[in-house]
Amino acid sequence: MKQSSNHLPRDRVSAALTAAPAAGRPALVPFITAGYPDKDAFIKTLKQIAVAGDVIEVGVPFSDPMADGVTIQRSSHAAIAAGVSLRWILQELTAAGDVGAPIILMSYLNPLLAYGFDRLATDCLPAGVCGFIVPDLPWEESEEFRAALNKQGLALVQLVTPATPDDRLEMLCRGSQGFVYAVTITGITGGDVELPAEVTAYLDTVKSHTDLPVCAGFGVRHPDQVRRIGQHATGVIVGSALVERLEAGEDPSDFLAALTAV
Amino acid sequence: MQADISPQEGQELLVRLINNELPDTHGRYGPFGGCYAPETLVPALGRLAREIEKYLNDDDFMAHLDQQLRTWVGRPTPLTHATELGRRWGAEVYLKREDLAHTGAHKINNALGQALLAKEMGAKRVIAETGAGQHGVATAAACARVGIPCTVYMGAVDIKRQAPNVDRMYQLGAEVVAVESGDKTLRAAIDEAFRNWVADPHSSYYLLGSAVGPHPYPYLVQRLQAVIGTEAREQMLAQAGALADVAVACVGGGSNAIGLFHPLLGDAETELLGIEAGGHGPALGDNSATLATGKPGVLHGSYSMLLYDDDGQIQETHSVSAGLDYPGVGPEHSLLKSIGRVSYRSATDAEALDALQECCAAEGILPALESSHAFAGAREWAKHNPGKRILIGLSGRGDKDMPTLSQHIPARIARGNVGAAKGGRA
Repeated sequence: MKQSSNHLPRDRVSAALTAAPAAGRPALVPFITAGYPDKDAFIKTLKQIAVAGDVIEVGVPFSDPMADGVTIQRSSHAAIAAGVSLRWILQELTAAGDVGAPIILMSYLNPLLAYGFDRLATDCLPAGVCGFIVPDLPWEESEEFRAALNKQGLALVQLVTPATPDDRLEMLCRGSQGFVYAVTITGITGGDVELPAEVTAYLDTVKSHTDLPVCAGFGVRHPDQVRRIGQHATGVIVGSALVERLEAGEDPSDFLAALTAV
Repeated sequence: MQADISPQEGQELLVRLINNELPDTHGRYGPFGGCYAPETLVPALGRLAREIEKYLNDDDFMAHLDQQLRTWVGRPTPLTHATELGRRWGAEVYLKREDLAHTGAHKINNALGQALLAKEMGAKRVIAETGAGQHGVATAAACARVGIPCTVYMGAVDIKRQAPNVDRMYQLGAEVVAVESGDKTLRAAIDEAFRNWVADPHSSYYLLGSAVGPHPYPYLVQRLQAVIGTEAREQMLAQAGALADVAVACVGGGSNAIGLFHPLLGDAETELLGIEAGGHGPALGDNSATLATGKPGVLHGSYSMLLYDDDGQIQETHSVSAGLDYPGVGPEHSLLKSIGRVSYRSATDAEALDALQECCAAEGILPALESSHAFAGAREWAKHNPGKRILIGLSGRGDKDMPTLSQHIPARIARGNVGAAKGGRA
């Protein structure tokens, strides 16, 4: 995809997400655990899901994924056992060039610490990585990492949840970059979220606090969920459900295309 | 993130620690600690920190806790003069008998305090993790006493090696959940307890058992365990007529050790010695000697010393004692090591088993495998420091370890003359 050279990496993310509603559909952010289920097919899978995906979230496997449900636990442990690491992911992405969509890495903090913040931010640029989601790095602890990312124009996406109080929601929306990640449930990844009026009202509230795109994730699996969320947010993040399709050996393209079909 | 501390900064941090000015408002012990929790839990942890400030400074709450510690837990626990161990080691040895506390270990001090806090905070249920099962049993008992339902997460590996404690938790009314993910030990149990708390941060109370986790847990656990060191200090003065030359405790996450050490930090004449699990030996993965071989990192909500590989993946650990089999350690210990106030060494599985047998034979006390590491470390220290007063934190009793002990040290049963009773053949 072509981007004008004055765009910061984090602006590429926002632009890609905003383009979808402009085209009359919710934005789609597919998530996969890097190198799972087939390490050799990593780049091929990315290119497949980039056809339907507007931004791709790539999970860096971690030994102790404490915000994730059984699917991502399983994929993370298997990927580590297969030799997937942050270093390997960046090398593969750098070698592959443009896979068709901006990439956001989802990682717990310790692999990032072990890599070194400044070196990591530098190595993201040639790999096409535009930002990070770090589920165990709350705003109050994030200054040092944000500083390293800011030097390269990379995003640190903030998560907000239904448990986030209003003043905190305001602060996180103001601090987020790329987009705001609205966790749909009070819980871990991998469930099947119902969308009662509280959730849609919550998404409306999040949207009212920010000019950035808002993407809803955790427990999103079905086209009807995507349709309903699309009326209250810029887009959806689909993780565990996609990983389960890949595990079953299915071509992810059909599943993703069906999710956002009008 | 930087963990380097200059000698002058170290002195200042020690003074602040002694004056109870740490952790700071960010939950930091110098560079260590903090609150690296999923966003869903951040408001809940903030609320917990505020409630702790309120209740731990509330005279009525503290008087009630104290009364329960005396009449239900059996505090103060005795200080035993271990005369035979002293004779063998060429030292004067005193044991702080947390094994005599209700449910058989120091864990009850923290479990009771937090269960009372949970009740005051209006929690509908308590969740907890357990390694050796001692914290699980203590939490089950405290929740039964206080009247709150309780769910305990325990690694499948630990369920096997600490079977007696699983039955005790069940009898005390707790729901025990086997954790089959990750390494199936304490670390996986903490992961799973956090996941469960994330799903219900409003009405669940997470009763964390060690001096680890996001702020304010390391501080809360230290405050509730400090009763060990406070009592031991008075008892040393009363029974030995002087403070100890060295105080020794085992360190996994480090709750009993911080409870013993924290009140003694200002006693410059008392050396403090923490003993980690040396497992099979020094190779990565063969032990859980975090402070000896780890580096600073983030696991389970705090920045502290940690065992992980070049890619940041947390290492599998090994120890014969489930309670020490953990790749991290509390942030206050990381600071105490960095500033040199506490020395940390390790004892191997074999040394701990040997020390356990010696304590049984010499004093008629069966210490937990965890506590046996402290005995092994103390004995080694005595070799280099003859004639000194040694205070050992005997953190728990070893009954729960019988399945493991029977494996390593099979009982030799004397054979009666069975044939003779039947008047039969030779």
